[in-house]
Amino acid sequence: MPTDTLTSPAPDLENPFQYRRDAAHYGEKATLWLIRTGTYLVLLAAACIFLQIGIKGSETVFTTHWPFVNTAFFTEKPSTLYVFEWEGKKHELSDSEFRAFKAERHVEDIPAESYAHSAGGILPCIVGTVLLVAGSMTIALILGVASAIYLSEYARPSWRMRLIRLAIVNLAGVPSIVFGLFGAALFVVYFKWNISLLAGWFTLALMVLPVVITSSEEALKAVPQGFREASLALGATKWQTIRTNVLPYAVPGILTSSILGIARVAGETAPILFTAAYVVRDKYPWEVDRWVDFFFQPVQALPYHIYVVSSKIPQNAYTERMQYGTAFVFLAIVLLISLGSVLLRIRLRNKLKW
Amino acid sequence: MSTSQPLSQEEETAPAQPAAPASPNAVDVENLDFYYGDYHALHGVNLQIPAHKVTAFIGPSGCGKSTLLRCFNRMNDLVPESHIKHGSIKVHGTDINGPNVDPIELRKRVGMVFQKSNPFPKSIYENVVYGLRIQGRNKRAELDEIVERSLRAAALWDEVKDRLHESGVGLSGGQQQRLCIARAIAVEPEIILMDEPCSALDPIATSKVEELIFDLKKSYTIIIVTHNMQQAGRCSDLTAFFYLGRLIEIDRTEKIFTNPTQKQTEDYITGRFG
Repeated sequence: MPTDTLTSPAPDLENPFQYRRDAAHYGEKATLWLIRTGTYLVLLAAACIFLQIGIKGSETVFTTHWPFVNTAFFTEKPSTLYVFEWEGKKHELSDSEFRAFKAERHVEDIPAESYAHSAGGILPCIVGTVLLVAGSMTIALILGVASAIYLSEYARPSWRMRLIRLAIVNLAGVPSIVFGLFGAALFVVYFKWNISLLAGWFTLALMVLPVVITSSEEALKAVPQGFREASLALGATKWQTIRTNVLPYAVPGILTSSILGIARVAGETAPILFTAAYVVRDKYPWEVDRWVDFFFQPVQALPYHIYVVSSKIPQNAYTERMQYGTAFVFLAIVLLISLGSVLLRIRLRNKLKW
Repeated sequence: MSTSQPLSQEEETAPAQPAAPASPNAVDVENLDFYYGDYHALHGVNLQIPAHKVTAFIGPSGCGKSTLLRCFNRMNDLVPESHIKHGSIKVHGTDINGPNVDPIELRKRVGMVFQKSNPFPKSIYENVVYGLRIQGRNKRAELDEIVERSLRAAALWDEVKDRLHESGVGLSGGQQQRLCIARAIAVEPEIILMDEPCSALDPIATSKVEELIFDLKKSYTIIIVTHNMQQAGRCSDLTAFFYLGRLIEIDRTEKIFTNPTQKQTEDYITGRFG
């Protein structure tokens, strides 16, 4: 060992950098584990929800034989389920099947247990939800983007602007059932639109408006100021500048916000409870006499259907099928719509790079 | 005002400076006081900028040179609470802050190139014709011709003629800045304002833009703000020195760099402060 160097460290200490077993060291480890556990709990919760609905729902949605999808579930209206025994065999039949069964055997009545909404399919609910989402998002995007453009491009800071922003923040905090009541009072009763698609659209649109405005504004602010300046310096008017050189670049960001909006609009039950949703409808939405009636008809919707089949009828093994099947389809639809917006956004992002 | 002393001397000397003042002044600034809210950014500036010359504005950061430049095409309108308190700016004899002046029309005649090159994320072609399209000029043949002419004038044609329909953002920094210059001259302005156009460019790209500035002065009046004094020396005919919101001195560039009248100018140029 060289001993002649003046700067050699204390040689008898094997590792001068070893961990100190003190409070800071253990505190560090404990904190890490605490926050890590918290994070993984989120994953666990999500997995539980998706697995339960996925497993139980797929029993309804998929079948073991060709075409492996329960087509009736996607093409029929909900109907009553009849459970009975006939010649020693147990039958589970929907309303129409039960009637055909009786007619075939020429019997007046067979004693059967009936379960409302537990047979048939959910096509009217799917159509209703898609209509509600499409209409309300269109309204919300038109109003929201217009407000966002005004707030971020035109309005100068003033007390009035602060008041408007305060209103938007407060609107975001209003519980959805209050929106439902408001919609019922204004659109259904005062405007005499009755329980209708139109009333549901506007109620849902008002509910997501704050989300759309806030995130559209962020998207507009993220467009570099240089584009606005360059455009104005070339003699463009303010609106020409916004139309050609601000709004197109903000579209990906606005789409992102609308994904959040879609999930909320599709999922909320309370706002459509009093404004747009019916438990059962005999007709499909497209079966209207005049085209104006289309807007003034009530619809069935997936979240409301789940609510009805899970809480409005006595629960047992036969009703579960419809509950989980609907939830499964509902989740799948929201995921599909979101996926569509994400893909569109990626496409636009790739086209617009700066 | 104590500062009016050097400024009034300015007024006597500056207009006499252009060697052959055949053309009238492109820009006349009279006694301009400019504020950002309460902040007094420009103090009593008097300045005449001759047409078809390159005029450079130099001075340390925050001295008001960019502010003054952005007054010439009223880009400061975009800044909330900025305003002109006194004085006037005339472009070719017209007060540009008069009641009947549309800033849109002004900006068609007074183009601008920015510090950070900012081509739109559109094709090179669409970048150049942007100013024409928004005026409703959409004839294909006319646009094609203007694209070629503008890109040639901006010394970019040979580099991009085969990829006019590719994105302008894919160009190098120097090419982007020349594209911005092409875009500005496509609308045929009379004056081109350049706000530190080379500050983000490497020396080779800088020299290309400087050559370009030299060529462009035949057709346009150019006002350039620069932090680079060599650049001012290389490509300008006149140089104005600003300090703390005041115009200290404007003169022929050679004179400013060899024998300035004001001590502050000399100190700045020789690097004693700034």
